[in-house]
Amino acid sequence: MTSRIDARFAALKEEGRPGLVTFVMAGDPDEKTALEVIKGLPAAGADLIEVGMPFSDPMADGPSIQLAGQRALKGGMTLAKTLNTISEFRKDDLDTPIVLMGYYNPIYIYGNEKFIADAKAAGVDGLIIVDVPPEADDELCLPAMDAGINFIRLATPTTDGNRLPRVLENTSGFLYYVSITGITGAAAPDPGKVAASVARIKESTDLPVAVGFGVKTAQQAADIGKGADGVVVGSALVSAIADSLDRDGNATAETPKAVHALVSDLASGVRSVKR
Amino acid sequence: MSKPIEPNSYKTGPDEAGHFGIFGGRYVAETLMPLILDLEKHYNIAKDDAEFQAEVENLNKHYTGRPSPLYFAEGLTRHLGGAKIYFKRDELNHTGSHKINNCLGQILLAKRMGKTRIIAETGAGQHGVAAATVAAKFGFPCVVYMGKTDVERQSPNVFRMKLLGAEIVPVTAGAGTLKDAMNEALRDWVTNVEDTYYLIGTAAGPHPYPELVRDFQSVIGKECREQMLEAEGRLPDMLVASVGGGSNAIGLFHPFLDDKDVQIVGVEAGGKGLKGDEHCASLSAGKPGVLHGNRTFLLQDDDGQILEGHSISAGLDYPGIGPEHSWLKDTGRVEYVPIMDTEALEAFQLLCKTEGIIPALEPSHALAEIVKRAPKMSKDQIIVMNLCGRGDKDVFTVGSALGVDL
Repeated sequence: MTSRIDARFAALKEEGRPGLVTFVMAGDPDEKTALEVIKGLPAAGADLIEVGMPFSDPMADGPSIQLAGQRALKGGMTLAKTLNTISEFRKDDLDTPIVLMGYYNPIYIYGNEKFIADAKAAGVDGLIIVDVPPEADDELCLPAMDAGINFIRLATPTTDGNRLPRVLENTSGFLYYVSITGITGAAAPDPGKVAASVARIKESTDLPVAVGFGVKTAQQAADIGKGADGVVVGSALVSAIADSLDRDGNATAETPKAVHALVSDLASGVRSVKR
Repeated sequence: MSKPIEPNSYKTGPDEAGHFGIFGGRYVAETLMPLILDLEKHYNIAKDDAEFQAEVENLNKHYTGRPSPLYFAEGLTRHLGGAKIYFKRDELNHTGSHKINNCLGQILLAKRMGKTRIIAETGAGQHGVAAATVAAKFGFPCVVYMGKTDVERQSPNVFRMKLLGAEIVPVTAGAGTLKDAMNEALRDWVTNVEDTYYLIGTAAGPHPYPELVRDFQSVIGKECREQMLEAEGRLPDMLVASVGGGSNAIGLFHPFLDDKDVQIVGVEAGGKGLKGDEHCASLSAGKPGVLHGNRTFLLQDDDGQILEGHSISAGLDYPGIGPEHSWLKDTGRVEYVPIMDTEALEAFQLLCKTEGIIPALEPSHALAEIVKRAPKMSKDQIIVMNLCGRGDKDVFTVGSALGVDL
């Protein structure tokens, strides 16, 4: 079965450029504004959209995304509302792939089976669940695959030749290469090293490889994009939201504009790459 | 949830994937998976290596001062007028608590693995002090993550860690307590995977930590068994220990799990009562979920967001619990009960007066349960409590709770 994610990466290959994968947190700073932000991403140049599911204890995230989750939770965001955000987005957009990204516990409490069914119905195409390794595939990954949702695995600089086959085993859609050992929003990766790592991974898989962690500017997106099928930007977008808020932490008229302007700029970066 | 079938033995867990029943496992980011598998490999070799075990024993004896005494608390027994009460006195260990047992074992593992930097999380500061101590002894740089709230309420321990050469990083995320410190330690580990060993302080986290911490702490129960047989010629009727993450309790309990006649009670922090959110009784009032690398009972809301919890005792202020305790609760082998802040404070004062021992606030919770149970038991019955920490660090907290300005 060809998923929206497969179709999008095939189209990007045709175009001869890397895709821009944008991350924002559902419900940040409030449900309505976040939906407006997400709805405007494709027009601003996002090729795939990752939507964060807020969690109280985001162990793999740096301060920017931690704060985004806290803003969302403070505004009353829940997993059910996140799924609702995706349903709303799908009313106007049937092509842009949506990947939910987050941590296991809220899903586990929602109920794995119910979550997969509701996510599918909402129009979710993929899942990245940071703290569910291949060792626990039977819990969430395999049921998601059966339902036609791609389960996207992270590979990291610590994923050596012994580990890589295990990581790739049930991965579909694309592989997310975490370019540094560290948390989201950390220092920028070295494009040369990243390209070499991506090339190494590509010897073992035909899946597209998107690279993330530490990419903040159009230039970095272009540099990283030269050696990858996609470039993920998260913390920079989330910081743009944070910077646009008023003194009480509420959204302003500038909030969606600020994010979309940055996405347009980043999109010019990936579009400058010609293969 | 239906009750699991009673196993033939309660001592065989975890399985190869780190599960105790449905609990445990290794739910971590991919960056950490190779490290955790490597740690498991090294631990499996070390635990069967006589040389490694001899090194642990040698340090336990000459550095920590083990075995810790099994002490008949005659004054308290007389005061309560029921069962005979014994204390396993791990508060007399070097560094003042049971935490050193685990730290010595893990630092030797870190050395074997060729790691050059130690990180740790701490709540009350007892584990932080023990980690800083072993890091100093073995010449490792050490970074301790500690919630900002805990840094403020445990200032003597903060200074002790600094004296020992550790760097203390106050964590401001969340409520600034143990859970937030653990998140931050995990973030450090994920960033510094090459050279860093994460010295977890309790029998929780991803496999193999719950197993290896339990094994290093089981020296408490093993000694206790022998000492009890020597003192009374039989096993005790009841074991009581406080549970935060649960390392002192599992250390005492584990060697007795298959002794069906020994009743076992774990005491959770009931804080200001179980009705609101101001407690840390994850087993009594939480439900299973996944946090910090393992599936276990957690304090959480209906959306799976983790709650902060509250306890007067910083060492019990954690919304989770080691996975083996979750399984022992589920199977019914161990009974878990909550004790309120106020009850722990009373027990704390009682022990000072009846025995001349100032206990830490953590074991004061276990003590408060004994105050309830011992009088209802007969005089020929025996209770053993793990007196897992001394109370020097808590005098300011207790002073403030009693309205005394120090």
